[in-house]
Amino acid sequence: MSDTWIEVCAADDIDEEDVIRFDHAGRTFAIYRSPEDTYHATDGLCTHEKIHLADGLVMDHIIECPKHNGRFNYKTGEAKGAPVCVDLRTYPVKVEGGTVFIGI
Amino acid sequence: MANFVIVGAGECGARAAFALREKGFDGTLTLIGSEPHLPYERPPLSKEALVAGAGPKFVAEPGRYVEAGIDLLLGRTVSEIDRNAKRVVLGDGTVVPYDRLLLATGARPRTLPGAAHGGRILALRSHDDAARIREHLVEGSHVAILGGGFIGLELAASARKLGARVTLVEGLPRVLTRGVPAEIAEIVASRHAAEGVDILCGAKVAGVEERAGEVLISLGYGSVVSANLLVVGIGAVPNTELAEAAGLTVENGIAVDGLLRTSDPDIFAAGDCTSYPLPLYGDRRIRLESWRNAQEQGQLAAANMLGGADVHAAVPWFWSDQYDMTLQIAGLADGAVSTVRRDMGEGAFILFHLDAEGRLIAASGIGPGNAVARDIRLAEMLIAARIHPDPAELAAPETKLKKLLAA
Repeated sequence: MSDTWIEVCAADDIDEEDVIRFDHAGRTFAIYRSPEDTYHATDGLCTHEKIHLADGLVMDHIIECPKHNGRFNYKTGEAKGAPVCVDLRTYPVKVEGGTVFIGI
Repeated sequence: MANFVIVGAGECGARAAFALREKGFDGTLTLIGSEPHLPYERPPLSKEALVAGAGPKFVAEPGRYVEAGIDLLLGRTVSEIDRNAKRVVLGDGTVVPYDRLLLATGARPRTLPGAAHGGRILALRSHDDAARIREHLVEGSHVAILGGGFIGLELAASARKLGARVTLVEGLPRVLTRGVPAEIAEIVASRHAAEGVDILCGAKVAGVEERAGEVLISLGYGSVVSANLLVVGIGAVPNTELAEAAGLTVENGIAVDGLLRTSDPDIFAAGDCTSYPLPLYGDRRIRLESWRNAQEQGQLAAANMLGGADVHAAVPWFWSDQYDMTLQIAGLADGAVSTVRRDMGEGAFILFHLDAEGRLIAASGIGPGNAVARDIRLAEMLIAARIHPDPAELAAPETKLKKLLAA
């Protein structure tokens, strides 16, 4: 499947070890910048109760849901235990010329 | 092969059962619950279950109990713990032996003395309670709620969404007296008033009478509220009777040590039914009724039943959703001598509570959606780290709390 690259924001719009919300074509995503300065993207809503993860806390490579503290590895989408048991879908991200793109 | 038994199939008991398997327990594992349903989450009961009539939100789907080898005994009560023979006896006479036992018996709603519960006088604890209450929450009906705590207020918000008229009666001078600062309680109360909830504070109930089609609540000063339904939300009582009858120490809940062991080393207790010492607050003994505590203690009890030695040291944490507002609290504020306010825009703010030495001991926030969630989560970590933050930095929204954590 060939990805379509969609422009998200300037690389500097996301702080290090932080997350922002990105909406596109009726879908919502969470875009992360890791402490190692890499960029990542997942579905925006927690698989537990559809809460937006962009309000959550990024610590290292983990995003924690703001409502019930469900945790995911945002690089792989892996659910890290109760209350979440369904993994998060991830998307490819690239940074070109200081701009972040998501492949969907 | 070892037999582990868990009494109580709520959030806590179910989490403990799965955690035991995840941590490698390979003996027989029995989870006993008095409700007919599979273990479900209780927070939606005052919200989606009322507004949308949603069915129980299961902690885990049925197949996962089979996969994990958890024997579920649902709709069954336990009548006795026989500590000498190390077995529990069920109401129907069934005997289940244990090597280690976990009591996760939860709590039940406190009832209003002198009022016959049932019919048009109900409380909210179980999914079946929510279903019964929902039948009365229709356009134009009138529901009276006794108690301005989280349950009463969330229920009021849900009832308004369904078009019911709501009168909320609180005996104390304001709502949310337990653990919520007045500044935040005031915002909650005004929002309810704006949504059409009639809040009567400082109102003592002199009597309750059920008549055909209505319930009459007499208030101390002579006025009478007549409603189609009265929901009593005046707190919960821990289910300690089994423990007490078995001779275990009970002290505002089944008393456990930091490892969640009762006075019998083979019996653990966790969740709403339990009182435990909290190291962060000078080992003060507390009992929490909260979803996250139930989950965390269930998981920790599981680890310690298998020989672990981790102390439960989590910072108490609560949330409440009403309308589009979320309130979150981390820590216990009652030892606070000063408060710092951090405004975050769109009406969202956090109050940081500091003790006499300037240590951060609690944080309370309110705002639309999850506006305060991230900073409350960081505040929780600052509290756990026993940090003495600079009040000016706490007050400035541009200061990242994560930075204070690293300092």
